[in-house]
This record gives sequence, C-alpha cells and structure tokens, in this order.
Amino acid sequence: MWDLSTQALDTARIRGATYADVRMMHLRQRDLTTKNGQVGTLAQSESIGLGIRVLASGAWGFASTDRLTGPGVSACAAQAVSIAKASAIAKRKEVVMASEKAYVDSWQSPFRKDPFEIPLESQIALLLAADGEMRKVQGVTLTETGMQFRKIDSWFSSSIGSRIHQRKMITGCGISATAFQGEEIQKRSYPNSFGGQHALQGYELVESLDLVGHAPRIAEEAVALHSATQCPQINGTLILGGSQLGLQIHESVGHPIELDRVLGEEANFAGTSFLTLDQLNNLRYGSDIVNVVADARSDHGHGLGTFAYDDEGVPAQCTHIIKDGQFRGYLSNRETAHLIGLERSSGTMRTESWNRLPIIRMTNISLLPGTWALADLLADTDDGIFMDTNRSWSIDDRRYQFQFSTEIAWDIKNGKRMRMLKNPSYSGITTEFWNSCDAICNAKEWTLWGTPNCGKGQPMQTMGTGHGASPSRFRKVNIGAAFAKQ
Amino acid sequence: MKAQKPVRPKHSGAARPDGVVLFGERELQTAIATVLRIANSAGVAETEVHIEEVADSLTRFANNAIHQNVAEHGLTISVRTVVDGRTARATTNRIDEHSLRGAIDASLSLAHSQPRDPRLLPLPGVQRYRPVKRFVPATAGATPLDRARAVKQACDLAVKRGQNAAGIFATGQSQSAIGNSRGLFAAYRETHAEFSVTMQEAPAASWAKANAADVRDLATQALAARASDKAHRATNAVELPPGRYTVILEPSAVLDLVGFLFYDFAATALQDKRSCLNDRMGTQLFGKNITIYDDAYHRLQMGASFDGEGIPRQRVLLVDRGVPKNLVYARTTAKAARKKPTGHGFALPNEYGEAPMNLVFSGGDSSVENMIASTDRGLLVTRLWYIREVDPYEKIMTGMTRDGLFLVEKGKVTSAVRNFRFNQSILEMLRNVELLGPAVRATGEEAFEMVIPAMKVRNFHLSEVTKF
Repeated sequence: MWDLSTQALDTARIRGATYADVRMMHLRQRDLTTKNGQVGTLAQSESIGLGIRVLASGAWGFASTDRLTGPGVSACAAQAVSIAKASAIAKRKEVVMASEKAYVDSWQSPFRKDPFEIPLESQIALLLAADGEMRKVQGVTLTETGMQFRKIDSWFSSSIGSRIHQRKMITGCGISATAFQGEEIQKRSYPNSFGGQHALQGYELVESLDLVGHAPRIAEEAVALHSATQCPQINGTLILGGSQLGLQIHESVGHPIELDRVLGEEANFAGTSFLTLDQLNNLRYGSDIVNVVADARSDHGHGLGTFAYDDEGVPAQCTHIIKDGQFRGYLSNRETAHLIGLERSSGTMRTESWNRLPIIRMTNISLLPGTWALADLLADTDDGIFMDTNRSWSIDDRRYQFQFSTEIAWDIKNGKRMRMLKNPSYSGITTEFWNSCDAICNAKEWTLWGTPNCGKGQPMQTMGTGHGASPSRFRKVNIGAAFAKQ
Repeated sequence: MKAQKPVRPKHSGAARPDGVVLFGERELQTAIATVLRIANSAGVAETEVHIEEVADSLTRFANNAIHQNVAEHGLTISVRTVVDGRTARATTNRIDEHSLRGAIDASLSLAHSQPRDPRLLPLPGVQRYRPVKRFVPATAGATPLDRARAVKQACDLAVKRGQNAAGIFATGQSQSAIGNSRGLFAAYRETHAEFSVTMQEAPAASWAKANAADVRDLATQALAARASDKAHRATNAVELPPGRYTVILEPSAVLDLVGFLFYDFAATALQDKRSCLNDRMGTQLFGKNITIYDDAYHRLQMGASFDGEGIPRQRVLLVDRGVPKNLVYARTTAKAARKKPTGHGFALPNEYGEAPMNLVFSGGDSSVENMIASTDRGLLVTRLWYIREVDPYEKIMTGMTRDGLFLVEKGKVTSAVRNFRFNQSILEMLRNVELLGPAVRATGEEAFEMVIPAMKVRNFHLSEVTKF
C-alpha cells in the first residue's frame, strides 16, 4: 500500500505539486434486509482505490483511480496536478494551510465481535424472528428489518511525511412496522427510524438492542396510532426523545457550524449558514444549560464521527461549539483554521471513499448531558407533548427555520404521560429554539446516536455522524404546523 | 497485494491524455463471458453479471474562484448467483480472476445462508432492445481547462456585477452492461454534462442549472447571467404573511416536488400498501390537465433502455388526464399481478421492486411570462429546497422556497419576498393546476431529471416564513 502511495506523492511532486496527500481505501460492506417475512436485500460489496489531492500553482486538484499499479497511480497523480493547474486560471487567492505535524500511526476502532465473522444464517434468523414478531400483530401491513456492516481500511500519507493506517468497523440495525388503514399510513421504528441505530461497533451492537424483544411493541404502536388523537396545533411545551434531539442537533447545530458553509463554499448546493464569522463568541446560541461539543475522540464514545485522525492527517479533537449557551467554535480544516484565528485545524476533514475529496464534516456533535432524570422531568411538566422518533426533517439553506415531524407523541398532563398523539410536528427558528431549552436529562438517559446518511458536497458524499443527546424540554414551541389546515 | 491475472478488458483505443476512453461493447461482452465461465466452472446453476464504468469530472467554484476540482474513474463487476430458489449479490472493483472468484464465492455463500424464496424466477433469456444514442464525444472529451474557462467567465461576470458566484461544471461518461448465463446481454453508454450556478448579492441569491448529454447544449454564460439578474432582483425582500397563495412554479420547483411521487407508481409499493395510490387507481385523483408517462425513449430523457434484470423498458402511461391508470412492474411483481413486466425493475435482490425513472409530463402552452401576466396576486418560485414527506398517503410534503421568490401583482413581478416553508399535498396541488408551460428537461436537487412543465397552481400552502 505505502509503496503505491509514495509513488503517487513522488509523481505529484515531480509534476509541480507543492503539497499532496493520498488516501488509499478498502471498503467492505454487507447489507441484509427482510420484508414481510422474506429476505429482501442480501448483498456484499468491496471497493479499493486511491485518491490524491494536490496543491499546484496555488490551486487544488484531485483525481482518483482503481488501477492500483505503478503506472495507474502515477497517471492519477499526474492528472491531479494537471487539474490543479487548470483550477489556477480561476483562483483569487493563495491557499494557506495551518501547520500540522507528521504522524506515523495505526489505529483500529474497538469492537468485540466482527460482524463479518458471525454466521449469516444467524443474522438472517434474527431479522426474520423480529419480522415475525411484528407480523403477529393484527393491522400491521408491512414489516421491515435490516442490518448493515462496514469495514473500512484507510492508508493516509502526505508530502509532509504522515503515514496513518486506520480501520473502522461500523454496525447498524433496525426494525419497522407500518400499518395502512382507511386513508392513513402510520409507521413505528426501533431503535430509530431510517435504518435504526448505527455506531462504530461490532455485532455486539445488534445483540445489545434486542430487536426481537421490541418488535411487538413497535407493531402495536403502529396500529394504535390509527386510533390516536391528532396532535394539536399549539404553542407550548415540547419534550424531545434522544434520537429526535440527535437529528435536531445535526440540522440546527452541526451543519451551520461547518466553516466551509459559513465561507460560502457550499452556497450552490447544501447552502450557507446564519453563523457568520462575526457571531463567534458573540451569539447566544442557546440557554445557559446548553453545551455542545464536536468530539471525534474515542473517549466520547463509539460514534460514527469517532476516529484517531481525520482525512487530512489531523488528530481527533474535542471542540466546544456551544458553552453555557454561547457560540464558541466552528468545524474547520487546515485551509480555513486561520480565518477564525486558529493556528491549527479542528480535525474535521472526512471523505466517503477513495474517489471523493475530503471536505469539512461533522464528527460527533453532541449535547452534553444535564441533570434531570427523565421521570423527574416528566413529573415536572404540567402541560406538554413528548415526541419521539423522527419521521421527517427539513431546514432552510441558512439553517434558521426548521420543521420536524415524529412517528409518535404523547400528551403530558400534570406530570404524567397520557394519551397517544398521531402526526406530531414542531417548527421554529434555530436560536429561539435552543434558547427555550430549560431541562436536559442526565448521562443515564444519554445515547450517542448515529446518523449514517448525511449528504453534502458535489459530487455528493454520504457520511456517518454521531450525535449524543438525552431527552430535553423546550418551552413555547410551535407545535403541529405541518398538518394545519388553512 | 499479490498481483493476479487481470480480467479487466483491454482498451481498443488509446486513452486521451486529458480524458478516458470507456471499454468497448465487445470488451464488456468478453469480460462478462469470463465471469460466467468462472461461475460455470464452479458449478453455479445461474449467474448474472453487471459491469458499471464511470469516468466523471467536476469543477466546483465559490467566492468567484475554483476551490475544488476532481476526477474519478472506476469500474465495478457485480455477480448475482441463483441456486435452488435462493439468490444474492456480491460486488467488487478488484478485477483479477482471484477476486472475481471471491465475489462468486461470496454471492454463493450469501445465497445459501437464507431460506428458499418461492417467488424467485429463473433468469430471463435473450431480449431485444430499442437503441438509444446518448453518448456525445464532445462531452467525453471535455477537459479541466474547458470547464475552468467557462467557470472563469461566470466568475468574472459576478465580479463585474459585485456578486459572488458559486456552482459546478461537471462532465462525464458512464456505461453499464448486463449479461447472464441464459445468453442475455445488454449494454448502454452515455455522456452527461451539468452546469449549476448560484449568484449571491447579499443578502439575496439566485440560481440556474441545466444538464444534457451534449456539453455544447449547456448555455453556461446564459445560465450565469440569468442567475445574476434574478439575484439582483431578489434583494430588498419583503416579508409576507403565511397562507394560501397562487404560485407560479418554475420547472425545477415542480420537478423537485412531484419527483416524490415516482415510487408511488411501483407495483411493489402498492403491494406493500405504502403507496398513495392504494385504493385510488382509476379515480380522478388529479386535474384533467395532468398526464404523465414513463418514457425512457423520450428525446429529452437519459438512461438505459433496460432495467436491473435486463428487461427492455416500456413506455407506460401512468396518469391519463388526471386518472392513475397504470403501474410499473419488475418481473416478480408482474407475475404476482398477472401483468407483463414493464422493464422498471431494480437489480436483484432488493425489497423495493421497481420504479419509473424517466417521467415525462404532458405540458401546456403557457409560458412563465404568460402565467405572470395572468396573475392578479401570487408568487413566482425559482426553486424549492430540503423537501421531505410529512404524510405518505395524502402526500403532504414540506420544504422551503430558495434562491429567488418574487411577488406578482396585477400581472407583474413587483418585489422580492422572504422565503417560506410550505406544507403542501402533491395530490391537492395537481388538482389545482391552472396553467401549464411546455414540458422541458428540468433539473433540480431533490429528484431525478424529468421532462416537466412550469405550473401555475392555486391555493398552495405556505405555512411559515424564515429570516431571509
């Protein structure tokens, strides 16, 4: 591996690159799904190749190839330099990169059970058992289950002398039940919607979630939603379950703090950000109890944003994003760090695969735990609505105005969880929402949720991000607008 | 990595120094035959092989300069084995004989690990295909310098007007081939070019985008000028109250919204009872001015003339004057419904079945200018953004307006308007279409490209307003 990387770096240097980095990656994936008691997808894939990013004539170029031979990688490196020189005809300023040390290291994400070594028959049997439990519930019209496993090896090397090998094991699984009755489709998912929970773990994640044990409840709730009361349209108190709050963090904190968005580099596609540079250290993002970090270190947990080094060769770090409600930090890379007065990148450059350019991405963007036990929080709420498990999500291209809907909700009256509500939704303006937070549950309720499908960049890249969250309470929230008849 | 005997097809032509020459059809046939031979020698009863080759380049710009500029070239071979009523797929881009044997073994191992599927059909035999020509050498030969020069022109325009340009200029070529042990073989190649530009004039922005098989069909500077003009007009936006408005949706806005309907026409979606068409087929669901086909052969469409099993795509009338008439079928769902497959199946195995991928709306004859002129009070919408499904049966979608929202009063555009969130049923919307423009090839960010018209729609529900 290293010989081909070195050859690519040498070619780039000879062709005129002043900086270059190479990522050789080997990605392996297995997907298993069932639907209505039958196996759906059953597939395995692997992909190996090399991508090289170069700085030449003061501009960037990137090329990738799956031809892992000496001539193949040399041609690829030469192409990258040629592209960089073409970029230079439309450049406005010189690229300035924050300094970084050279690292020679190897790291593997911790896992106990390699899912690729677990017999397929037992994996399928587990999914079919969960599927079967859901189908026992009368009124369920569609059952779906799935597991996904990924093993990713990356070999990073750069012209400043770094050589870093990392291996990540990623596991995801989930189940869902859908019920069609009359003129409504209702759905419940466990442990989360859109594929379930995903983490930098092995098969132990699947075993810990007890999919079969939760299947009957999920199916019963999908059917029960048909006779539930419609979520009212009110301005009131909202309690969000941890997984929904994780997505709220993703959309209304994680994306707006990406410095490439802030600087306009994503203006054509993903959008920009309301967090202009003048807001740093000046904006009250949330209430005093809101503390958010971007933490890629293993100490933070086995999140999809955990690694030892980013794809620019910068070590994993923890950055305070919101501290005691104040906006304190962005996600940066070596090229942008100096623009916010940093001497060093915050280490957030990540790539989907060998054929994609690393870009600034979320790591684990987490709301730190508060002090409340969930039972106490509910008991402390006279009149509110508890919403759980995302159903839809949308936010404007500067990340001000959002709307989420969830699969299920319950009325909270006089400290007790009461009737079930269907079609719940809430909406608001990002900073108003976070400033209305008055209670955050404690570490016992805190989960590092995985979002495996974050899209960004052109060409589009999909990335996994982590979001630690515990159930939290928000006041004076606009509830129910999605279904309002007007 | 130990070197292995390569199965990768050899080029029949020399690669250009700044481009890639895709493998020829005969070379693809040879490669597929090689994999089938290996599988046959391993005792596999039935085997299907897919080859995908992609050579894409994309120049990205922001702040009036190129900031990312990338190229990729890759080839994958995917093997599906069928044994005793079981099937599974393994895919690799390691194109040596040892790795391909590994993919065949992996596919077999996966297949053997599951229960028999009584619905699984034998592989299809030889098919006949209607040819489509969507490969343009001028696009395949586009260079980084070609793209950079066009981008520089757009950026120079922005600088001249005190604006900020961002966008992409992409060109590329790709091909796919499928063959199986019953003699089926199909291959398709295309080129694609896309130019998308956002012009920012603080605090406003506007956008224009187009794509085509022929890079020469992209009027890059006209698109840049259009976005620039609209961005200038989008400054000084006024805030209007939420409510029901008459809207004039430009083709990209229509595309990104109604694009969410496409999977509802899959027979599998109805069998699974997750389609909004359950219990509604044959009813007057939309206005009588709505007719929709799926037509892979339309002159403005792209894509192969065969599906994931190699079945030829049929032209299907999905909606006839507001009435949903037909669905699309993969082989398995067709058999269950006692219909003929329409050539819309996904590669097996999968749980989603099929989908129409080449939607074509019958348009009208009203230009956007005519729609504006006929509107007493309404909104002109350039583009919609971050659209998600709120209610799958009523097909309520939420999302935002973006990059140019304008007030129309007494037949004229009078001012820019702050962006709204919408919560709107697509079913209701397609009952409320007052005027249709000519159908054009539209491109957005949320849906596949379609041939679709601009629409004037009454009572469109704009539920909340944002800060800009």
